[in-house]
Amino acid sequence: MSDDPGREHGTDEIERSEPAPREDPRVDVGGSVGAIARGLGTVFKQVFRRDVTERYPEQIVEPPPRSHIGRHLLNRHENGLEKCIGCELCAYACPADAIWVVGEDNDPQSPVSPGERYAKDYQIDYLRCIMCGFCVEACPTRALTLTSAYEMSFTSREDAVFTKEQLLEPPLPLGTAPGTQEGK
Amino acid sequence: MDWLDWLLLIVRVAVVFFALLLLVILLVWFERKTIADMQTRVGPMRAGPRGILVTLADGIKLFFKEGITPTLVDRPVYAIAPVLAMAPAFLAFAVVPFGTGVTVFGREIPFQIADLNVGILWILAMTSLGVYAVVLAGWSSGSNYPLLGSIRSSAQMISYEVGMGLALVAVLMYSGSLRMSEIVSSQDTVWNVIPQFPAFVIYLIAGLAETNRPPFDLAEAESELVAGFHTEYSGIKFAMFYLGEYINTVTVAAVATTLWLGGWRGPAPDFVPWLWPLLWFLLKVILIIYVYVLVRATLPRIRYDRLMAFGWKFLIPFGLVWVLATGAVVVLPDVYGRRPVVIGAAILVGAVLVLSLIWPLFTRSSGREEVARA
Repeated sequence: MSDDPGREHGTDEIERSEPAPREDPRVDVGGSVGAIARGLGTVFKQVFRRDVTERYPEQIVEPPPRSHIGRHLLNRHENGLEKCIGCELCAYACPADAIWVVGEDNDPQSPVSPGERYAKDYQIDYLRCIMCGFCVEACPTRALTLTSAYEMSFTSREDAVFTKEQLLEPPLPLGTAPGTQEGK
Repeated sequence: MDWLDWLLLIVRVAVVFFALLLLVILLVWFERKTIADMQTRVGPMRAGPRGILVTLADGIKLFFKEGITPTLVDRPVYAIAPVLAMAPAFLAFAVVPFGTGVTVFGREIPFQIADLNVGILWILAMTSLGVYAVVLAGWSSGSNYPLLGSIRSSAQMISYEVGMGLALVAVLMYSGSLRMSEIVSSQDTVWNVIPQFPAFVIYLIAGLAETNRPPFDLAEAESELVAGFHTEYSGIKFAMFYLGEYINTVTVAAVATTLWLGGWRGPAPDFVPWLWPLLWFLLKVILIIYVYVLVRATLPRIRYDRLMAFGWKFLIPFGLVWVLATGAVVVLPDVYGRRPVVIGAAILVGAVLVLSLIWPLFTRSSGREEVARA
């Protein structure tokens, strides 16, 4: 404990500072009315601007090509082998505990991924996922990336857990996901 | 009055009642669409064409929702408060003439429920009754925030009623009648909004405060008081508060239309002579409501002490001076004959005198002590 508790919290700075200069006690009536009128004018001008709303199910605006706002995708090498090596770093990075990985040794005769190990099972629970992207940053082989497929609606808890097969599949174009079709 | 008169009266009341309900349904949609327009959004789009049925959907939802009554409420008062919010709102509209009228079965049917000879007083009385709903709702809820909200709201409504009353007094002195139909007919050459513009502005501001609309919606300041006096209300009871509030808005706009904008007056072609005044009336009401929505979209909520200071230190003195000026204009020609130069000079001198006396009121800050404290 120091002698001056205020110093510890940095409040003495505020106490010692100059008092705020006194406001002019007179109210500028004309200025106030003018300010309000200008404000009303500014708002009224918005009426003539184009609405920014996207009319979503009728009109689907493609997100920018590099946007990472949707579900994950498990990538493959050009030769068809999976990039995922089953290291589980994504699962450790996940703050929501949404990723489940089971790693296993590759069969040297028919490897699933280059290297020693591969992911035997890989699941992401989209009821837990918060789309933070930490898993993608944790991935040492760029096996896991985010896509812009943001249409994720489920009718059951089981549907919300994406299996490895689903995650390997590139997402459907927007507007064609099963959930959105049902909604229409 | 024979049975046909009674029947016509009942039909008129019923038609006005349901027309007001319909108007409120459309008005809430109109407000949401307009405010969306001012924020470059589209607003409700789902229920009905361009979302026009959204209020109906909301209403149905509220109607079928469970009405939760908290344990601590004072039951009879708690139950009667929403009715008290709605009934005076409907009643106030009874004296507003919304058209010329039609002739059916050889009888004149005025487009007005009751042409009281104390029309303006009736409106003041009914809008004051609205305060009771707020007070009783807040008090009977047995909860802190509703009580705070209702205390704020009652103080606010009582304060602004004075300003509103002064604006109405100026108009009734100028028109020479309390009867709404006569006030409309006195505006056949020039609408009151021209000679009585300051009173119009006072009324519009006080009307905002009376109907608890933003920027004067301190009773429902969500960020401070949850939902204010109707925090503990749900379901149909909440819907009644909501309805009453919007009918009040319609009534305030309708009264402003009648007293300042010439009521149902407007150029009309010869065919269907009863329809055009009605349309003119509606158009003017919607115009005023549009201004209210614009104000809501623009101005942030006023701090409570500034609200009271504005009402008492600005609106009421300003209203008093305006009543004085109107009185001079109305009475001086009767006393001294029609001598425009003398009267004009007298009014000018009087105006300078009065303004010099009250000028400090308008230029002093409302929060002087605050500045000193800071």
